[in-house]
Amino acid sequence: MNPIFPTTLLLVEDSPGDVRLTQEAFRDANQAIRLHVAWDGAEAMAFLNRLGANINAPRPDLILLDLNLPKMDGREVLAQIKEDDSLRTIPTVILTTSKAEADIDKSYRLRANCYLNKPVELEAFEALVKSINDFWLTRVKLPQQRPVG
Amino acid sequence: MKIIGGEGMPIEVLLVEDSPGDVRLTQEAFRDANSSIHLSVASDGVEAMAFLKHTGTHANSPRPDLILLDLNLPKMDGREVLAHIKVNEDLKAIPTVILTTSDAESDIVRSYQLQANCYLTKPVQLDAFEALVKSINDFWPTKAKLSQQRQTV
Repeated sequence: MNPIFPTTLLLVEDSPGDVRLTQEAFRDANQAIRLHVAWDGAEAMAFLNRLGANINAPRPDLILLDLNLPKMDGREVLAQIKEDDSLRTIPTVILTTSKAEADIDKSYRLRANCYLNKPVELEAFEALVKSINDFWLTRVKLPQQRPVG
Repeated sequence: MKIIGGEGMPIEVLLVEDSPGDVRLTQEAFRDANSSIHLSVASDGVEAMAFLKHTGTHANSPRPDLILLDLNLPKMDGREVLAHIKVNEDLKAIPTVILTTSDAESDIVRSYQLQANCYLTKPVQLDAFEALVKSINDFWPTKAKLSQQRQTV
């Protein structure tokens, strides 16, 4: 990532506790991250499509998406992201408590870039956020530009 | 249901790479990082597809849990291999990691459009290459949940 610009993350998560933990863990791991939160699926799509009050929303470099969300389910959000020519190149990481094999397989089929389980234990949760930072925001090349056309 | 990486069940990784040096380095780095990884190698795109579709001499090839795919390959380009994987109902759920020397933005964007699960650039320095393989091991088979299902639901 270009060090001059912060890395923009969109966290789609309805649990205030998990939002808080994720914010704190990223703050510890990487100062250059700007974390935006959408509390339900409809808000996530409004953010990504810059609708209503989100007219100036930045394009995220990475999306962290819970599966079980109010208003619009995470699976539906994922499907909409990956069917949109402009949004589909944004890596979208599923971050959920579900360990169901059906959810894992369905998410990859809907083109999730990866699937992670939220651990219940605090330390394990922090370690997972750190591993997202170490891998996705440090090792992986993320697209810098919007696809043309 | 098998448990990936569980007792007696290796993590199957398919490396699609035409450079013998890079194959050797990747094998050694995975051996150091994780003894439960079983690495298979396809040295061109056609061989990769034969391995994945169990054709010809690959009738008994295992289904990979993870694919590491170079972009510039003989016979069939890595971009085409990626496109084939991601339109195939039996293969599309296998996480496919691009591992290439190209850091061209056009290759990065194109790979994500073709539904690569992530894009990594191969460093030239040996230490950095080993560190990258270790980071793949620390993330994909360790943190990420991989799809264990063969067939369409």
